[in-house]
Amino acid sequence: MSTLRTEEMTLNMGPQHPSTHGVLRFVVRADGEVMREAVPDVGYLHRSIEKIAEKVGYHGFMPYTDRVDYVCAMFTNQGWGMACEKLAGIEVPKRGEYCRVIAAEFNRIASHLLSVGTMAMDIGAMTPFTHAIREREMINDLIEELCGARLTFNYMRIGGVAFDLPPGWREKALAYLDHFDPILEEYNALISYNKIYIERLANVGVITLEEAINYNLVGPNLRACGFKWDARRDIPYSVYPDFEFEVPIGNGQWGQLGDAMDRYMVRIREMAESSKILRQALKQLPAGSVLAKVARNFKPPAGECQIRVESARGDMGWYVVSDGTAYPWRVHVRTGSFAAMGITQKLSRGLMIADLVTLIASLDVIAPEIDR
Amino acid sequence: MKTLVQNLIASGMFGKNAPYDLVAAIAVFVLSAVVFLGVAFPFAGIVSWVERRVWARIQSRVGPNRVGPNGFLQWLADGVKHVCKEDIVPTDADPHLFKMAPYLVVLAFVLPWAVMPFSSSLILADLNVGILYMTSVTALTVVGVLMAGWASNDKWSLIGGIRSAAQIVSYEIPAGLSIFPIVLMTGTLSMQGIIKAQGWAPQHWFLFANPFTFIAANILFISALAEGNRTPFDLPEAESELVAGFATEYSGMRYLFFFMAEWGNLFIIGAIITTLFLGGWQFPHVTNNVVAMNILQLITFNLKVLFLVFVSMWVRGTLPRVRIDQLMTLCWKYFVPIAFINMIGTAIWVAIWPEGNSWAGYIMVAAAIVVAVLFIQRVIYYAKRSKMEMYYNPTI
Repeated sequence: MSTLRTEEMTLNMGPQHPSTHGVLRFVVRADGEVMREAVPDVGYLHRSIEKIAEKVGYHGFMPYTDRVDYVCAMFTNQGWGMACEKLAGIEVPKRGEYCRVIAAEFNRIASHLLSVGTMAMDIGAMTPFTHAIREREMINDLIEELCGARLTFNYMRIGGVAFDLPPGWREKALAYLDHFDPILEEYNALISYNKIYIERLANVGVITLEEAINYNLVGPNLRACGFKWDARRDIPYSVYPDFEFEVPIGNGQWGQLGDAMDRYMVRIREMAESSKILRQALKQLPAGSVLAKVARNFKPPAGECQIRVESARGDMGWYVVSDGTAYPWRVHVRTGSFAAMGITQKLSRGLMIADLVTLIASLDVIAPEIDR
Repeated sequence: MKTLVQNLIASGMFGKNAPYDLVAAIAVFVLSAVVFLGVAFPFAGIVSWVERRVWARIQSRVGPNRVGPNGFLQWLADGVKHVCKEDIVPTDADPHLFKMAPYLVVLAFVLPWAVMPFSSSLILADLNVGILYMTSVTALTVVGVLMAGWASNDKWSLIGGIRSAAQIVSYEIPAGLSIFPIVLMTGTLSMQGIIKAQGWAPQHWFLFANPFTFIAANILFISALAEGNRTPFDLPEAESELVAGFATEYSGMRYLFFFMAEWGNLFIIGAIITTLFLGGWQFPHVTNNVVAMNILQLITFNLKVLFLVFVSMWVRGTLPRVRIDQLMTLCWKYFVPIAFINMIGTAIWVAIWPEGNSWAGYIMVAAAIVVAVLFIQRVIYYAKRSKMEMYYNPTI
């Protein structure tokens, strides 16, 4: 009898796969349930957003920035606004900065809620997802009152924000935060400390600090490896120095430092910190105008600038080159998801197929942010 | 049965000299058709609606509420939709196996109804190997699922099918071993015999007969969930990993058959546990009227089963999915040894107290009540704490 012929199986995961968060594609080489390697294939959601900026001008590009990362569009708005302000040397009014921070931090909570919710769903628990989405909807309601949109906000302008807080909004926001803090604990009781959930996440996709820095990971993915780096704290922008907040880092409590559980818990803790920042911001809110005077025909002086915003998916870099005309000469966005996709190939070696799903979810990659 | 057939022949419905066997065969087919089409399939359909509603409430959604009162006819609408859909057989699939697989799964779901002890008289066939028959025919599912996974000629389906085979075959063992303690105590495999050995009161149920049977009941329930491909063991159809697992390539009615079997299997899981551990149809003897007694027993049995069905929906709404290696570890490293210990423990218990120990029953029932009260307290605590808006109306 001849020996049994065995071969590796090549699986095509995506771009139409339920757990690839949009349109990612992985070419998986698997030996039964164990993966040899998963090679990411990006580019399915490329919309030339950076090139569009060169054709629509500075003000006109603001709505397009929403589409760079539609899950946390406030940060992309803020990044573009800050880059243009730095180019032209515009001072944003204090109240405008506060409005930006409030909107952005609410957006951070919404984005992290989506992230931890879909993560629970990828692990197979459906209930946490709907509970997270329920909370996110309430935040969307608040933001809708603020700027009229629920997903692609287009709230910020060069020199401030488009609208002041509507009357009574502050009280509503504070009431929501009072409701949100116990809900976060309930969410933890529901899923975060679930035995099966911890078993699924702990020791999966371990990233060492060295690897994380070499692969240029940012945001929660980097902090989960135990490195305390947050653009809000370390290269302060906007009015973040006014607030007291912790930068949560991974501690390897459930498994090894830098595993999927650490990344998950960092996001959960960041939501609590965002809630803290929001309370302070809503309390200290100064009076005044929210939008600086900016020429309609905005022509920043020739030059280049680079700014960094701590988005929900980490350090987002905006690089803008101006040649003194009404159109930017070059725009580049550096996003966290793209860097996170790079490391999946290395991490996937030797994982189970089910763990690849965990890995993608724990890195919190968003397809539009990868490709732009 | 015999009198029924003789009456049928005497009535002249089948002509003057109809052969006995032919009439008996027709009678059996008609009766089975009534049971399967009138009980099993509607039950599977209604469970799909109930599950979606229960699940929706757990997830703070509303669920299907458009078709009929409270969306009750949703299952019929879904059925009609699936019948109307095109039955696609992929070009590269093995057409015969591909078409046959759903029938095997449905077969595994309808066969156990033959020994379903609804009440003291309502049972199609009180086989003397009833529980053995039940576990054997439900294991047929694995053949259908594996066939579906293989014949689809799709890698995701194949992984789903293989996962299912590994899972169902493994969990047959702790499930079988957990049935042994009861067989040991009653000395019979017949469904009615096992139920008759229990009483209507909780302390006379085998669940609370001794600590070993209590553990056996839990292992059996978890193993049954695994055999029924239910969360947390729904790996064969893990949506986030395998698209739709072994059913990926199926469409229309064939696709529906798989899920009908899954929902219908919930009743069978509940019925096995109710029969073995929860006293089956046992009801206090309140009247000498046989018909009234049977109706009360039927209601008791169904309420117990439906409670277990609800629990499995609740579990599905709460727990995440385990990984395949964790699934196997749980089965072989924990359940199988514990089930063996249960068997030996029960044997020793029976040797010491051949008639059973009534104190054990009372103590365990008291402990169960304490646990239930603590659980309700915890629920109330969290409900008050997050100040969530509560909706007590079950029909929205």
